[in-house]
Amino acid sequence: MKYTQDHEWMRVEGDLVVVGITEHAATQLGDVVFVDLPETGTEVITGQEVVVIESVKAASDILAPLDGTIVEINADLADNPGLVNEDPDGRAWFFKMNIKDMAALDGFMTSAEYAALVG
Amino acid sequence: MSELAMPPLAKLVLEDLHIEFGARLVPFAGYNMPVQYNMGVMAEHLHCRTAVGFFDVSHMGQVLLYPKNSMIDLGLALERLMPVDVLGLAPWRQRYGLLTTCSGGLLDDLMFANRGDHFLMVVNASRKTEDMAHLIAELSNVAHIALLNDRALFALQGPLAAHVLLRLIPDIGCMHFMDCGIFQSCFGAMWISRSGYTGEDGFEISIVNNTAQDFARALLAMPEVAPIGLGARDSLRLEAGLCLYGHEIDLATSPIEAGLIWAIPKSRRPSGERAGGFLGDTRILQEIAAGPARKRVGLRPQGRAPMRDGTMLYSLDGAKVGSITSGGFGPSLQAPIAMGLVDAHLNTLGMEILGDVRGKKVPVQICSFPFYPTNYLKRS
Repeated sequence: MKYTQDHEWMRVEGDLVVVGITEHAATQLGDVVFVDLPETGTEVITGQEVVVIESVKAASDILAPLDGTIVEINADLADNPGLVNEDPDGRAWFFKMNIKDMAALDGFMTSAEYAALVG
Repeated sequence: MSELAMPPLAKLVLEDLHIEFGARLVPFAGYNMPVQYNMGVMAEHLHCRTAVGFFDVSHMGQVLLYPKNSMIDLGLALERLMPVDVLGLAPWRQRYGLLTTCSGGLLDDLMFANRGDHFLMVVNASRKTEDMAHLIAELSNVAHIALLNDRALFALQGPLAAHVLLRLIPDIGCMHFMDCGIFQSCFGAMWISRSGYTGEDGFEISIVNNTAQDFARALLAMPEVAPIGLGARDSLRLEAGLCLYGHEIDLATSPIEAGLIWAIPKSRRPSGERAGGFLGDTRILQEIAAGPARKRVGLRPQGRAPMRDGTMLYSLDGAKVGSITSGGFGPSLQAPIAMGLVDAHLNTLGMEILGDVRGKKVPVQICSFPFYPTNYLKRS
C-alpha cells in the first residue's frame, strides 16, 4: 500500500491501482451515508475531484491521486456506504484505475511514513 | 474577516469534561463547541431518540427582563417587538417568540418564560449581540435587562429524560410541555423548562456555573444518558422540522414565509383584539391576508444523496423555484431530508421538483413537517 497526503491509500492489483481512504480519514469523516462515485471510463488528472463522500453532517471531496482512467467502481458502496467506516482499507475501496506508469507510485508514502504522519 | 482578526473563542465552563468524554470541538457562534463525541453523530442521534441525550448549550443567551413598572406594562412593550401573545402567557409557562424587524424579517427566534415578576428569554448564541442591542434600545424605559454570564445551560432530551431527571430533582414530575419553574436542589437553584429542540420530550436546565460540572457528571454517570454534540443536535432538529436562525430564518425572511404563523395567535392577526402593533406588522399582516411570495417546505430527495444548504431548486420545466436552507441525512429515517424556501405556488404536498446536486438534477418531493413524529408531553 502507498498513501497520499490526502489520506488516500493505493494498492496495486495486476495492472490496476485500487484507491480508497484510510481508517484515519474515515474516522475524521464520521458516519458515511452516501458515496458519489465517478463513471467508469472517466479520464482523470491528479488532484481532480473524483469522489464525493457525504457524512450525516457534511460532504468531502476525494481527489484523484494519479493521472489515469477509471475502469471499475465499487458498486457495493451504493447500497452500503457505511462500509467506508466498517472496512475502509478493504471492502470499501472506491475505484480501480489504469495508470500509464506504475513508477509514479514510488513517490508516495509507505505505510510506516503514513503512520508517522497521522501519529 | 481574516482568521487573525477573529476574537478568541469563548470556552464552555465544561470544556474539559467534554474533552474527557471524547468531544471533537469546533468553533461555533464564537464558542469552542462539541460537534460530536466518540459515539459519532449517527449513534448520538439515535441514542437521543431512544434513551436520553445530554447537550451543553451554554453558548445560548439567557436574558432576564425585570419590569420597571408592571408585568403588564413590560408584556405590552414585548408585544411591540414580537407578534405573539405575551400578555396571555400564564406565570411559569414558556412560549416560542420571534423578534421581528421593522421590515417584517426576523432578528431572532427565542423562548420566553413568564416567571411571575419577570421574564426569562433564551436566545440564539449567534444573535446575542444584536438581540441585546435591540432589547436595550426598545425596552430600557420599561425593563432592567441583563444577559447572564454566570449560568450554564443544558438540554436533556429523549423519551427517558424525565425518568433520569426525577432521580435528581423529584419535583419535575408534575411538569408538562412548556411549563417552567425554579427548583431547589443540592446543585443550587435550577431553572428548568420542559422543552427542547429535538422533537423529543425533555428539559432545558439553567444552573450556576460553579455546580454545573457536578450536575453534568451526575447525569452522565447514568447508563441511559450520553453526551450529544452539535452535529446530532442539527439532524434531530431537522427531523423535527424546526427552524435554525441563519438557515430557514434571517433578517429577510418573514415568519409567514418561514411557516411560523402558528406562533402568531388570532389576537395579533387581522381583526384580533390586539392586531398588529408590532415591528414589521405591515408586511406580516399583509402576508397573512394574501399569502407570502415564498414558503418553507419539507423536502425528501430521491435516492441517498443528501442535498445541503444552498442547493438550488428547479421546477420540472427548469425554472428556478428556490433553494435549500438546511439539508442532510436523517438518521431516524435513514434517508436524506431537507427544508427549503420555494415559490409559494409550489407549496403542494407530494409535488416533485428538482435539486441540483453537483450538476445533476435529482428529483425531490415536497412534504410536510415534521419528518419524524414529535414526542412532546402534552397535557391530556
